[in-house]
This record gives sequence, structure tokens and C-alpha cells, in this order.
Amino acid sequence: MAVCTGCSLLCDDIELEFEDGKISLTKNLCRKGEGRYRSLREDRLVPAVDGAKVGFDEAISRAAELLGDAENPLLFGWSNSSLEAQRIGIDLAKKLGATIDDTSSFCQGYLMEKVLRGEYPTCTLDEVRNFADVLIYWGSDPSSSQPRHMSRFSYFPRGEKRQRGYDEDRTAIAIDVRKSPTVVIAADGFFRIPPGGDAEFIEALLAALGGKIPKVKDKKMKKKILKLGSTLRKAEFGVVFPGLGLIYSLKDEIDKLTPLITRLNEVSSYKLIPMVGHYNMRGFNQTLLEETGHINRVSFKDGVEHGTQFAVTEAVNDCDALMVIGSDLISALPAAISKKLARIPTVAIDPHRNLTTDMARVTIPSAISGLEAGGSALRMDGVKVEFEPVIKSGYRSDVEILSRIMEAV
Amino acid sequence: MANVMEVYQLLPKTNCKECGYPTCMAFAVALLGKEKIIEDCPPLIENPKYEKKLEKLRELLAPLMSADATETGMIIHTDKCYGCGNCVVACPVNVANDPKGTALGFGPKSGRAILMVEDGVIKCVNVEECRRFGPEKILCSACIVTCPSRAIEFV
Repeated sequence: MAVCTGCSLLCDDIELEFEDGKISLTKNLCRKGEGRYRSLREDRLVPAVDGAKVGFDEAISRAAELLGDAENPLLFGWSNSSLEAQRIGIDLAKKLGATIDDTSSFCQGYLMEKVLRGEYPTCTLDEVRNFADVLIYWGSDPSSSQPRHMSRFSYFPRGEKRQRGYDEDRTAIAIDVRKSPTVVIAADGFFRIPPGGDAEFIEALLAALGGKIPKVKDKKMKKKILKLGSTLRKAEFGVVFPGLGLIYSLKDEIDKLTPLITRLNEVSSYKLIPMVGHYNMRGFNQTLLEETGHINRVSFKDGVEHGTQFAVTEAVNDCDALMVIGSDLISALPAAISKKLARIPTVAIDPHRNLTTDMARVTIPSAISGLEAGGSALRMDGVKVEFEPVIKSGYRSDVEILSRIMEAV
Repeated sequence: MANVMEVYQLLPKTNCKECGYPTCMAFAVALLGKEKIIEDCPPLIENPKYEKKLEKLRELLAPLMSADATETGMIIHTDKCYGCGNCVVACPVNVANDPKGTALGFGPKSGRAILMVEDGVIKCVNVEECRRFGPEKILCSACIVTCPSRAIEFV
């Protein structure tokens, strides 16, 4: 059995068949995971300096030179690296006096921090499978982003206390601005809200939970929310799966979610599991939290400092060298910030070629975790999953690359 | 999915019994059940006045007769499939045949599952176990309603 590192579900029931040392058939992999497995042979990165192909050792020494000479280096990425690589990455940041940040900075960071600090109640996905009866997918679309979420853990499988399956034992509620593929399944529990309407919906829901009439113009919606309030009150074990839709909609008002979570736990038992995308984002957040007391946006220049000025979107203004590992930063950020990034000397470590590696001064190809390199990672619910490499390849793991840079700096 | 009335409308409706069935309606049911083929109705083939009906009927039943459809009439549009496995876990036959595997959300463990995910898309095996198989079939739709991309249909 292999472990898929295509998303943060880390499915560990993957079966593979081999022919001539190559994977010839995969079983139980979703389309997203299958894409990751197929990418083994597509568009792999080559070690290069200033666009010219060089040897691996040369690329490492140039990367170490570039980072070592910088006054304000920024190390970014990490969500697609194993726990072991992340730990070396944090040590490297300490050694360089660098700023370190990961994808949670503009992703699930806020909610993940609340969960890791114990401010929001959470549970494991196995508990969801065994006990949960009300599932709220809020601004998230597991069918597209974590395809096996509903079939392996949340809605469809039978569990200890949920023996009769999805149609009798569980209720799926989807709150979204559009009719996503998840909504197709949870059609009865679909609440369509306007873009940016999440704060208003939270208030309406709080009113309904308190037995008051929600202040909503649409009469049908008013009735629906009242009914939802009663469904939520009757739940035995509810779980909220918030996605980026909710986070980007609430923006600075994200604290508005707290009273709802508190209220839900007054009427019944509710947990929250952020719908993490990358396979080990939670791992980085937890490791850095244990190390520094902060989940992201940390500078080691003068001891340990934390603040929004160390978020990648701000830190690009001050940094004079950048290392990106396992992330396509240029594609992810708005053009205005990408323009700034393009001017910074960059080291990119990635299994594949992408826009960030295209603009990088030094590129170092790495092995794909879970396929060519082993290690361990934290699933979106915090469960540690260990994985072994399933095929042999000449690519070095992130651990080896980072250790070599560490030695050379 | 073609229904029996649509098929009946395209038959001669003379109840000539040449096909071996007492009525054209019975023949329509047999056509949908794949017990008979269009060529078993001689008037429809031989009489030129039914030419248009014949053409429409062939068009209507093309998906049913195609090689893509399994014996239960299931067609999987692999280009649409996400490989999420919702149908694998929701299928009542899979749950009954594989209580330690698909029933709990894992991949099939017993070898008696009907649906499984291979190379990132759904595949139908052990088709004779499907509730829609055979003369005593039930119109089960568990795999259709749980598909987020509507990649499964029955003809």
C-alpha cells in the first residue's frame, strides 16, 4: 500500500502494479492523485544556474552562495515537503537569520492557528467517519479539491455510530456562492449566498440558533435558515469544513466565525477541520508553532519575530534573496507582487518546471514525496502519516537538498 | 435514457406477433431489456413506410447497443469522472459484499465489489452482482445520485 501526497487527505490505501520498474496500474487513486503519479514522467526540472544546465553540486553551491550572501533572505513554500524537510528548513532559516513563511500565510493560516492553539474544537477524520451526523462544507468544495474526502471520511462511509450510511444517518450542508460539484451531491442542504455574504449568513444563522427570525430579505431563504437552525440544534456530532471561500470572504472580519462556533457548541457538539489543500501545510504550521510559538510569518533576524510584515506578500518588499520550495509562488500571487518577485534573486526547489522555476536564478530538481522519497506528514486533521518511496529514482529528496545547502552556507 | 413509451412510439404498433411477443409494447420492453434486437421486428425492417421510424429507433437505442454500455446498461463517462469513489462507497452491493473495505470508505478489499477506481477513474467489474442486472432488476440509482460530475448514466 502506498500513500498519496496529492492533497492533505494522505490516502494510505493506494495499490500499485509495476511493469519494467514503472507504474502500470493504480487502484483507489482519485484523478488528482493520479495526476501526481503521472507527473513522474512529465516536465521534470533540471539543475540550472541563470538558465544554463549545471551539475547538481554546482546548483547547490550557487544556491548556498546566493542565500549566504543575502542580508534579508526569505524562505517560502514548505507545504509540499515532509516534516523532516520542514524541520531542516526551519534550522536553515535560523542559521541564515532569514524570514520563513509558508502557503498558509495566504491560505488556511488563520483558522489553522485557532485549531492548533486549541481555540476551536477539532477532531480527527476517523472520528468524523465514526460519529459525525451533520457536515457543513462552508466555502469549500471537497469534490474538486480533496476528491476522496466525502467517500473516505465524511459523508458516504459507514462508521461505528453511523451504520446506515449517508442517506439516513448523515446530513450534508453546503454553503457556497456557486453550484460546485459538492453542491450537486448535497443539493437539499445547499445555501447559495452572494459573494462576500458569509458574515451576513453567520449573523442570520446565529439568530436562527437563538430562536429569533433571521434578518434576511428573501422569504424562502429565511424559512430555509430557520430550518437549518433546527437541524443544527438537533445534531449529535457536527463538523464544519471551512474552505478558502469562507476565509477570503470574511477577510479581516474572520473573528466573526468565533461566536458561531461558540454558539454551536452551546446547542450541541461541533468541531472544525480546515480544508487544507497542500499535503503537509498543517505539518509546517505545527512544527513552527512548537519551535517559535507562531505558525507562520516568522523572522529569525533578531531572535524570533512575528508579524504581518513577515508574510510573503509583504516580505518581498524587503528581501534580497528568495528560496521557494515546493510551491509555484508566481502563479499563486497577484501580478503586482509577482513583478516584485521577478526582480529578487531566487533559488527554486521543485520536482517540476513551473513559472517560479522559470524565473529563478538557481533551480534544483527534487524527488516527489510519497513516490520517490519517504518521510512523514500531518493530514489535515493532524494525524501523522508515514510514507515510503514506491519507486527508485535519481532525484534527491528535499531533506538531502536542504541538508547540503545547510552544510554549504 | 430511453423509456419504453419512446421505443413503443417508434414501433409499427400493429401487434402482428411476428417477433414472438403478443404486443408491440411487450417487444419494446424486450428491446430495452436487450432480450431482442431491432431486426427481430420484420415489418419494421421490410416495410419502407417505417423507414423513418427505424432510423429514429436505431438512433435512440444506439447507446444501449454500444460497446461502452455494460450488460446492465451502465455507461461511465471516464472523461468526466473525478475518481472520488463516492459511487464505490455508496453502492449498496459494494457495502454488502465488502464490509471491511468499501463500506468503510477504503478501496475494495474483498474482490466482490462492482465498482472500483483504477487509474484515477471508475471501472465496473462483477457486473452480474449489480441490482440492475438480469430479468429481476431493480432500478437502483445509488451510483448516479452520488456522482458530483454526473459521469455515470444508465441507458
